[in-house]
Amino acid sequence: MTNPIIALDNINVTFHQKKRKIRAVKNVSVHIEKGDVYGIVGYSGAGKSTLVRVINLLQEPTSGSVVVNNETFFKADSENSPKNRIATKDLRNRRRKIGMIFQHFNLLNERTVTENVAFALQHSSLSQAQKDAKVKELLELVDLSDRAEQYPSQLSGGQKQRVAIARALANDPEILISDEATSALDPKTTNQILALLKKLNSELGLTIVLITHEMQAVKEVANKVAVMQDGEIIERGSLLDIFAQPKEQLTKEFIETATNIDKAIETISAQSLVQQLSANEVFVRLSYVGDTTDEPLIASLFKEFNVTANILYGNIEVLQGTSVGSLLVILSGNAEQIKSASASLTSHHVKIDVLKGGQIL
Amino acid sequence: MNEWFSQTFPNVVYQGWTGDTGWLTAITQTLFMTFWSAIFGGLLGLIFGIGLVITAPNGIAPNRTAFWLFDKIVSIFRAVPFIILLAAIAPFTKILVGTQIGTTAALVPLSLGVFPFYARQVQVALAEVDSGIVEAAQAVGSSFWDIVFGVYLREGRSEIIRVSTVTLISLIGLTAMAGAIGAGGLGNMAISYGYNRFASDTTWVATILVLIFVLIVQLVGDFLAKKLSHK
Repeated sequence: MTNPIIALDNINVTFHQKKRKIRAVKNVSVHIEKGDVYGIVGYSGAGKSTLVRVINLLQEPTSGSVVVNNETFFKADSENSPKNRIATKDLRNRRRKIGMIFQHFNLLNERTVTENVAFALQHSSLSQAQKDAKVKELLELVDLSDRAEQYPSQLSGGQKQRVAIARALANDPEILISDEATSALDPKTTNQILALLKKLNSELGLTIVLITHEMQAVKEVANKVAVMQDGEIIERGSLLDIFAQPKEQLTKEFIETATNIDKAIETISAQSLVQQLSANEVFVRLSYVGDTTDEPLIASLFKEFNVTANILYGNIEVLQGTSVGSLLVILSGNAEQIKSASASLTSHHVKIDVLKGGQIL
Repeated sequence: MNEWFSQTFPNVVYQGWTGDTGWLTAITQTLFMTFWSAIFGGLLGLIFGIGLVITAPNGIAPNRTAFWLFDKIVSIFRAVPFIILLAAIAPFTKILVGTQIGTTAALVPLSLGVFPFYARQVQVALAEVDSGIVEAAQAVGSSFWDIVFGVYLREGRSEIIRVSTVTLISLIGLTAMAGAIGAGGLGNMAISYGYNRFASDTTWVATILVLIFVLIVQLVGDFLAKKLSHK
């Protein structure tokens, strides 16, 4: 990798509780490139929040190195080796270039929307007039100009999160950390917030680190994904790779939550069509990524191999502009024909999983 | 009217309005003691309360030694009954204000008596400030003092006013005991000139005046706490 904007290497975070040692993050390394929307997925307690708090040192790691924008924030080779920290004053300055938004918004309740955003500009070198203009501009960006003088308690969840985003962007950060920012919002509001993040990424080139337990959210905006479990990253890759070829069980579980394909298989398997599969039929799942989708494969199965395909369910996701599809179909024809048809599909990079009636394949 | 009043409350009238034993003098003494010990004790309590919150293990500047000190000092002073504190710190009072009797001398034990109570109240009030808000402030690069003043005290403002009201009311109660060291005030009026002389009318009037003070403090406190809260 070339010059990542965030480089976390061999990060360990250990909490000491009474007589117990809790290793929240275990030897994790993550490199995030400028302009990435990096999704970190995992169940609660997996250590994702702890890991991202290491980026701006809200959580100091027990050991490891934290480098942001080529500047070393923290370095310690092991738990007992000397710790190299950035000076407190410098850290405060650097933190202003790393925006952060939270699940529960964390707005100042006793300040208006305007004051909340201005709070982040306290130490800015801008003049008062420039600050006022900046706040105004930010509120326009998040579409809350009409709420400027209201207090957080008068706003809805989605509006509060937008204020939080405006606050996070006040010092023109290069990085935005989103800590479960959509987890407390309803699906419609979630989509609005995700669309806003997407816009910030593409228009301002903001690097976003998005942690969530909702695969749906990651699917919408991320280009890279890491899956965390028990303080470790168990799988990582481009969004497309993770969705198309998940390796770990947990990753598959998360993808299932976003696509519901397993649920569909269960429902369809119970239907009489599948229950009473005849000898020359086979119930399969076809999965494919990318261009294959554009070819009339199903039609060619009949034309070339005289195999009919009865589509019972289909799901196509467009991830980062590439289609990722799953079809549940019953293929019927004679055994030889089905075999050659499936060979043809495989050669077109379509993955075939036989779900029922596999003896003829 | 005047005739009726002096017949019904002979002892009240006997005390007079001004002079060493007069009502105005007693009222002024009570207000004087309440005001200045609220300022001194309040500041001390605020400092200790904030200290307890920020040096706590989950605070913004965790420090075991400092926290232990704050905690123990507050606990010890809270444990001493006020009437004993009055007597026990008399030598210290003398060093500080030059005398150990009178209204001014009472300010020292009153301040020391009220501050641990207030410190605990402030600690509880500030602990209500969401740690997430503090974290958000840290994330935008706020300094230590930004967080103390801009987050803790600002966010906890309404709650601090509420606990200040409670403290002020209990402080008015403490001033009544300061009569024991010759500090005067309405409490002293009720006991020395009322109860001890079987002048129950004096006791009653003094009590009602104290009640009126308490009521005013309560009403103003409630009003401000409500007005300043946007939760």
